[in-house]
Amino acid sequence: MLSGWGRTSPSSARLRTPSKSADVEHLVREAGERGLIARGLGRSYGDAAQNGGGDVVDMTSCDRIVDIDLQAGTVTVEAGVSLDWLMRALVPLGFWPAVSPGTRYVTVGGAIGSDVHGKGHHRDGTFGSHVLSMDVYAPGPGHLTLTPDGTPEEFWATTGGMGLTGIVERATLEMLPVETASVRVDSQRTADLDSTMAVMSERDAHYRYSVAWIDCLARGASLGRSIVEFGEHATLGDLPARERSPDRALRFGPSRQVAAPPWVPSGLLNRWSVAAFNEMWYRKAPARSSGHVVAASSFFHPLDAVDGWNRIYGKRGFLQYQFVLPYAQGDVLRAVIEKLVNARAASFLAVLKRFGPANPAPLSFPREGWTLALDLPVSFAGLDGQLDELDEMIASAGGRVYLAKDSRLRPDLLEAMYPRLGEWRQIRERLDPQGVMRSDLMRRLPALAGHATKRPTARTPGFPLQSEDT
Amino acid sequence: MRDALGSVGSVLVLGGASEIGVAIASLLAAPRSATVVLAGRHGDSLAEAAATLERAGAGRVETVRFDAADVASHDEVIDSAARTAGGDLDVIVVAFGVLGDQQADEAGGDGAVRVATVNYVGAVSAGLAAARQLRRQGHGCIVALSSVAGERVRRANFIYGSSKAGMDGFFQGLSDSLAGSGASVLIVRPGFVRGRMTRGMKPAPLSTTPEAVAEATVKALRGRSAVVWVPKPLRVVMAVMRHLPREAWRRIPS
Repeated sequence: MLSGWGRTSPSSARLRTPSKSADVEHLVREAGERGLIARGLGRSYGDAAQNGGGDVVDMTSCDRIVDIDLQAGTVTVEAGVSLDWLMRALVPLGFWPAVSPGTRYVTVGGAIGSDVHGKGHHRDGTFGSHVLSMDVYAPGPGHLTLTPDGTPEEFWATTGGMGLTGIVERATLEMLPVETASVRVDSQRTADLDSTMAVMSERDAHYRYSVAWIDCLARGASLGRSIVEFGEHATLGDLPARERSPDRALRFGPSRQVAAPPWVPSGLLNRWSVAAFNEMWYRKAPARSSGHVVAASSFFHPLDAVDGWNRIYGKRGFLQYQFVLPYAQGDVLRAVIEKLVNARAASFLAVLKRFGPANPAPLSFPREGWTLALDLPVSFAGLDGQLDELDEMIASAGGRVYLAKDSRLRPDLLEAMYPRLGEWRQIRERLDPQGVMRSDLMRRLPALAGHATKRPTARTPGFPLQSEDT
Repeated sequence: MRDALGSVGSVLVLGGASEIGVAIASLLAAPRSATVVLAGRHGDSLAEAAATLERAGAGRVETVRFDAADVASHDEVIDSAARTAGGDLDVIVVAFGVLGDQQADEAGGDGAVRVATVNYVGAVSAGLAAARQLRRQGHGCIVALSSVAGERVRRANFIYGSSKAGMDGFFQGLSDSLAGSGASVLIVRPGFVRGRMTRGMKPAPLSTTPEAVAEATVKALRGRSAVVWVPKPLRVVMAVMRHLPREAWRRIPS
């Protein structure tokens, strides 16, 4: 049984483990009628790396770092290499991945398939924008080496293609030279949504990294109150003198993880416990601080310190709702946040960030605009109807939700959110003419395979049900 | 594929004219205009059920021929339902059943055997065929409409009651056999349901309606429950009833 990070909608599949990336071809040829999909560390929230009744290829066994070019600042790795492993190997040599998402526990193959982004998107773009080349096995043409210049269509269809164009075997990535394994953080507390958006818009051009943590339980006048953080890789000069030797400055040693308890009652996170946490967290932050030097891992990957933190939502699991809206749609952003806040669906902090321009990948999520991400427990009554309404607001404002986080999008809206879906399907047709690459995500959103989905008519009265967890 | 919040893409109702089956399918299909396949014997009543579903907001509604007593055809029926749905079957509702006429059937004729054949033999055969389909998919849920009548069989309707006791036990075992397969079973145990099947009968205490059964079923599906009683207090009532001395139980009026 496999599920995504949100632990919802599990399905059963035959797990295949290649012992080296060259075995991938053989596994693709052996796939049955329900096809196959590659899986990394299972950090997609929904069903992107599940394939009920079919094959799932566990790529984490292909985890060799093949080549490091210190001169050019590039590294070639097998697709199952995790960013955690990559950082442990490369930070001491003075390199940082050009894009690091909110967790180190993703594989390079998964980061390409979801075209992940990080706190630096407004400046650095997505993960895929720093892939110089990749070796892919596609069911139709077979082994391919894809580059953004040589094979732009196939390269960008695979980037953000949710694994549905083939299996990435290896990739060569551009790295960012750094002097230290620390980040210099400036932060500012904001009182409401307007000031949060204003502070981000004014200041983020001056920093490589920026993010706002919104208190999603603050309502009324304090709606959208946040702590906004800005970061830069610390230079040697930012460190205390005794920490400036290369082996100290570049020591990358996030401590072993603390494990979350194996079982947690479903109601542990409720409106009151989360409100208390958020209040404390907001109050303890200073109004404004600057030049605070912290370990890079605690700035980029705060949740990685707890192993299996997804278990705190109980056995029914949770979902993450992440969407992007164009800058011109600030009013819609406010309306969506208001709806979420007024629904009182307990959520810790929501993350707000400004995206820079989109890359050429047809299914890549980031585009210029505001992106908001928040976790929601699925046991919350009426959540399905409310999120369906938000989907509609976001789609008609030219926005979209993030497929790597999605586990419940209204299927008829996919095409509106990703207007280049048809173009992507045509390229996929060449790479996988028989439709061997398949996933539960694709079954749930049939438009990925080119099947139409009917738009829902009026909702029936009395649905959704009023109280579920009482 | 059922999504994280329990929305479905497709539902198959075996016993497609059943009021409770149609009520469940309506609630499941309406919010997202899901596809519904109704499988049953009578074209006319299926067409009527299909019209009800379309009014409720289901997307595509299709019908296929299905006879619970014709066990040899069950695998093929499930196959064709999946083909008609155009993919996986997310929820399969086992809704068929006949009440029989206890007094007449005790007196003679083939009525009692028919109740047992449809309600138990048919459920075993169709339940296994459904389970094979869900195993192939690696996901999906069977909703089995059982009855409190099977919890402790009563003098007044022991032919029907025993057939439900048998099918309830069968689905409990099937549920365990599916652990780890991605497929699951939800057993629904309603009390007296006021509807077409019980027209003209005097409602028992704690009676319910097809709509209430459907709401409780949909809620239980989302909560990943294994058994749901409708209404809820029946669970406690039946726990007591189970332990009544036989002399007292025998005198429980119909």
